[in-house]
Amino acid sequence: MNTQAIASPDARADTAPLPASKPDHPLRETLKIFLKNKSAAGGLILLTIILLGTTIGPALYGVDAYEMVWMPLSPPGDGTPLGTDYIGRDILAGILIGGRVTLIVGAASAVMTIVIGILVGAFSGFFGGRVDAALMKFTEFFQVLPSLLLAMVLVTIFSPSIGTIIFAIGIVGWAQVARLTRAEFLRIGNLEYVKAARAAGARDGYLMFRVILPGSLPPIIVSSALVTGASILFEAGLGYLGLGDPNTLSWGMIIGQNQNYLLDAWWTVTCPGIAIFLTVLAISLIGDGINDALNPRARKRA
Amino acid sequence: MDTFQRLSSTFKRLLEAFLLVMAVVVLNFLLIQLAPGDPVEVIVGEMGGASEELMAQLRAQYGLDRPVIEQLGIYVGKVLTGDLGYSYYFNTPVLDLLLQRVPATVLLVMTALFLSVLVGTIAGAVSAKKPDGIGSHIVTIISLVGYSAPVFWIGMMLIILFASMWPIFPVAGMYSIRRPDGFAYYVDILHHLALPAITLATIYVAFYSRLARTSMIEVLGQDYIRTARAKGLSERKVVWKHGLKNGLIPIVTMVGLQFGQLFAGAVLVETVFNWPGLGRLAYESILRRDYPTLLGILLFSAVLVMIANALTDLAYRWIDPRIRKT
Repeated sequence: MNTQAIASPDARADTAPLPASKPDHPLRETLKIFLKNKSAAGGLILLTIILLGTTIGPALYGVDAYEMVWMPLSPPGDGTPLGTDYIGRDILAGILIGGRVTLIVGAASAVMTIVIGILVGAFSGFFGGRVDAALMKFTEFFQVLPSLLLAMVLVTIFSPSIGTIIFAIGIVGWAQVARLTRAEFLRIGNLEYVKAARAAGARDGYLMFRVILPGSLPPIIVSSALVTGASILFEAGLGYLGLGDPNTLSWGMIIGQNQNYLLDAWWTVTCPGIAIFLTVLAISLIGDGINDALNPRARKRA
Repeated sequence: MDTFQRLSSTFKRLLEAFLLVMAVVVLNFLLIQLAPGDPVEVIVGEMGGASEELMAQLRAQYGLDRPVIEQLGIYVGKVLTGDLGYSYYFNTPVLDLLLQRVPATVLLVMTALFLSVLVGTIAGAVSAKKPDGIGSHIVTIISLVGYSAPVFWIGMMLIILFASMWPIFPVAGMYSIRRPDGFAYYVDILHHLALPAITLATIYVAFYSRLARTSMIEVLGQDYIRTARAKGLSERKVVWKHGLKNGLIPIVTMVGLQFGQLFAGAVLVETVFNWPGLGRLAYESILRRDYPTLLGILLFSAVLVMIANALTDLAYRWIDPRIRKT
């Protein structure tokens, strides 16, 4: 609540940086507001724990996730902390190692989604006219197709591997980002400082990516948190459907492989699902926190 | 003149929808071309092997020895006449297979959509009346959970809770093993529908309640609402009649845009609940690498989304008279 006073010099587009100066002051303020937000800080801590768990966790825990280590389908606490799956593999070890693929694929495909979205949206919003109409039709095409289905088809046809999964998720989800970027480009493109830069003879590429893009970043950054969460859910969905990389475990894959034992061994599907849930939740909380920090005025309304 | 304009705009929209569907057809063709191995190899694999001569003969029969652009023409022609290929695994023409599965998916998706819009709008409107109240916080928390949990996992949790621990709903499927007759038959389907529909609705309840809240807060702050209050209308009438009608507009827009994603969610939910729709079929055809069926589903879903968008458009005109004029 009391952060509102600090936030009054609006960190949004009004203070968007001139090409030469670096906006480190507003950024520091944004960071301050972000960290004072309890749920955002909680999300950050949660995500840190998850990252540590998946990077150094497997080494610390020391159980091979791919080996049969105990009686199949034994419940949590009975020899293993989170029980075993249908072929006697340790669920906790699976969750620790399985998070790697989920997080790598989630992050990489989110980056791809955002880059494609920004490029399409930027060209569309900057050039307008026919370019805009054509690119927006293209975007609409991807918005209309059920994205998961298209990703399933792509991964099936090009056979599942980490690379094809990242590609498939990245190629189907960018429409929203493109629309957002386009709207920001249309708005900022008419502001005085952009006109000034144009009058000073800046080239198109410079105008697009050095003058307009920095000003349109705040909403894109916020939506990139949503995109990352969605990509992780996407990867989990593909893994669940049996379209994960066959060489490595992932959270969705553990759930999919054990779904037939759901009624006898609830832990096999419940625990990996909680891992997915907490990861996406952490990212959502961070995204909300960034939104509040970058756009303090929106807090009153929403 | 007015009627003519409306007709021409309807025609334009139909044409756009048609072109979009044709784009999916072309995409399907490109995917077949890009896939490693040609269709004949797949067919021969299903048959259990064949000689080089037979393979060459099959390639000629399917026109695979012709130039790519000619093949595209043949493919488009086939799709336009309703020939979506043949599923070797299910041993049925793909079109028949899809038509069998469409009703179950439409039932599931429409029920989930109805549930999520209804619950989401009410939750959103209630919390918009008191933006800082407890109800508003609950909506925020529920929508965070709905956003973050994988939909297939929510389904499994509901199965564990309401079909196993407290068995009030069936675990999976669409009918009981012994199908009852008459009215009981429909009750049986509804009984099976409950859990999958609730599962699919959860994500969108979260989404629509958030959207409805933002939209209602904005609408309730407008002048005409103050006028309605000033002329002495009951608060209930102000919120639920005057407010909601305008508050619904962004929701209807999103329903149209989100329909494709709802369909994608159906793939996962149908797989969890063994619901005999297109989504479950997609899962089965992935397991069998049954490309004709998979691509047919992609095309069909695009068509369904186009139909849904057209219906949204109608609903939009009904809710917002301003659009009727243009």
